[in-house]
Amino acid sequence: MKNSKFWFSFFVGPILFAFIVVVIIPMFMGIYYSFTDWNGIGNTANWIGLKNYIDVFKDKDFLSAFIFTAKFAVVSVITINLMGFGLALLVTRGLKISNFLRSAFFMPNLIGGLILGFVWQFIFTKAFDSLGRLSGLGFLEGWLADPTTGFWGLVILMSWQMAGYMMVIYIASLESIPESLIEAAEIDGANAWERLIHITIPLVAPAFTVGLFLTLSNSFKLYDQNLSLTGGGPYNSTQMLAMNIYNTAFKFDDFGLAQGKAVIFLITVAAISLTQIYYSKKREVEM
Amino acid sequence: MKSKKRNKTFVLIISILLGILFLSPFYIILSNSFKTQKGIFLNVMSLPFGDFFTSNNYIEAFRELDFIHSFLNSLFITVSSTIIIVIFASMAAWMLVRTKTRFSSFLFFVFAAAMLIPFQSVMLPLVNIMGKLGLLNPVGLVFMYLGFGSSLSIILYHGFIKNIPKELEEAAVIDGCNKFQVFWYIIFPLLKPITVTVSILNTMWIWNDFLLPQLVINKPEWHTIPLKMFYFFGQHSKQWHLALAGLVIAMIPIIIFYFIAQKHIIKGVTQGSIK
Repeated sequence: MKNSKFWFSFFVGPILFAFIVVVIIPMFMGIYYSFTDWNGIGNTANWIGLKNYIDVFKDKDFLSAFIFTAKFAVVSVITINLMGFGLALLVTRGLKISNFLRSAFFMPNLIGGLILGFVWQFIFTKAFDSLGRLSGLGFLEGWLADPTTGFWGLVILMSWQMAGYMMVIYIASLESIPESLIEAAEIDGANAWERLIHITIPLVAPAFTVGLFLTLSNSFKLYDQNLSLTGGGPYNSTQMLAMNIYNTAFKFDDFGLAQGKAVIFLITVAAISLTQIYYSKKREVEM
Repeated sequence: MKSKKRNKTFVLIISILLGILFLSPFYIILSNSFKTQKGIFLNVMSLPFGDFFTSNNYIEAFRELDFIHSFLNSLFITVSSTIIIVIFASMAAWMLVRTKTRFSSFLFFVFAAAMLIPFQSVMLPLVNIMGKLGLLNPVGLVFMYLGFGSSLSIILYHGFIKNIPKELEEAAVIDGCNKFQVFWYIIFPLLKPITVTVSILNTMWIWNDFLLPQLVINKPEWHTIPLKMFYFFGQHSKQWHLALAGLVIAMIPIIIFYFIAQKHIIKGVTQGSIK
């Protein structure tokens, strides 16, 4: 018995140690610090009760970041998954160029969010301006200069980046549908639209669960793209939650308040993800 | 039959247009990266020809990004993190599958549940702890990637190992192998398909990660590519010709990686999502 305990710690110990040091301990310390006036240096943290949490709700920037993030998450979850699913339907049609298209659609995913944000900053500010002047379409000019276009800029960037990833997930699911089912429906006289709604979509529901989970949690945690595309500007109007927490700590040196925000962030992300998984799972059907 | 054929042509045209639309940002960045500052100012959409053509952007950006150095930093951090994640996550997952105690299922549950913790909620105390341990450097960074990579990697290995029959191991034990030998000589080679997946997912994440290196690495000589790119861009935000060349240079390694490992990457993403 002693022997088996030795081997258990030998195999599980190293990664468990790293996990505890970088995830578990910081999480509990973070919860503790959120009730203090911690200044980031460590030893001078006085207990101040709920003050940080009360301040969080008085912080207008935080509230607007929260609303902006929530809106962004809703819109981008819809666009990313619709696009991903649409692309998956398109490239599973047996076209000769399917393989090339899969690579093309997936490509933006490989490159880090920070770099993609810079890429699109150029597209929106320079290429859109230039196109707008050439074509006379005024709405193309001055992108990222106000909150609305900043919002849509982020949505476009994220949809472009993540649609290919979702496509890969949906392709795997679409390819696992037995062809006989589709053929049977065809013989029964169902048209393409009916086959999609009544056969395909219910059968790929488990993939939707995963797709929604990934896009929802990614949208809520978005930081790199936000930083490099708009930097939160103009006037913090496109600042998202992750960036607001970062700035509270490192720009305004208010670590206690930042940690209070971080705890609220943790609870929000966990609650939304769990609720979504619960409801999506309930809707899945057995094949 | 005829309408089916027409249908297919229609789908083909839509697909090609979408493909072009998806790739156009890359084209715009690439073509403008070969233009002079004036060339970009005058017309973003034109091809880089004549007086507007230059390749000096690349020479200057390459030098200022200190590209070889930052490339090697990224490579060192990504490769060593991925290797230790693969070793320790596979070991732990195997033990957790083969040990049928309440404690081992509890541990697995905790690893899985940690997927829900956003990085921002632990980053401030984490930097504090790491600072006290003197680990705000590449070695500390690798250790942190082990901790943050543990959840997904253990889940993936766990799912795969569950389907490996136990008989093989029992035979090896009778032949006199200890657990260490059983794992390395019998089990680990069998895990190859899932090891490829775990390596690819971790490589893509760590190579592109920005926030953790930004918090941890304070010496310029340790900067990774995304970190270097961030500061480079800040200095040249008004000089798009240099910034664009820098962006292209920064994208090249991962795109080469994609063309080499494309099949595995797509498979890895698929497997990684089916947990």
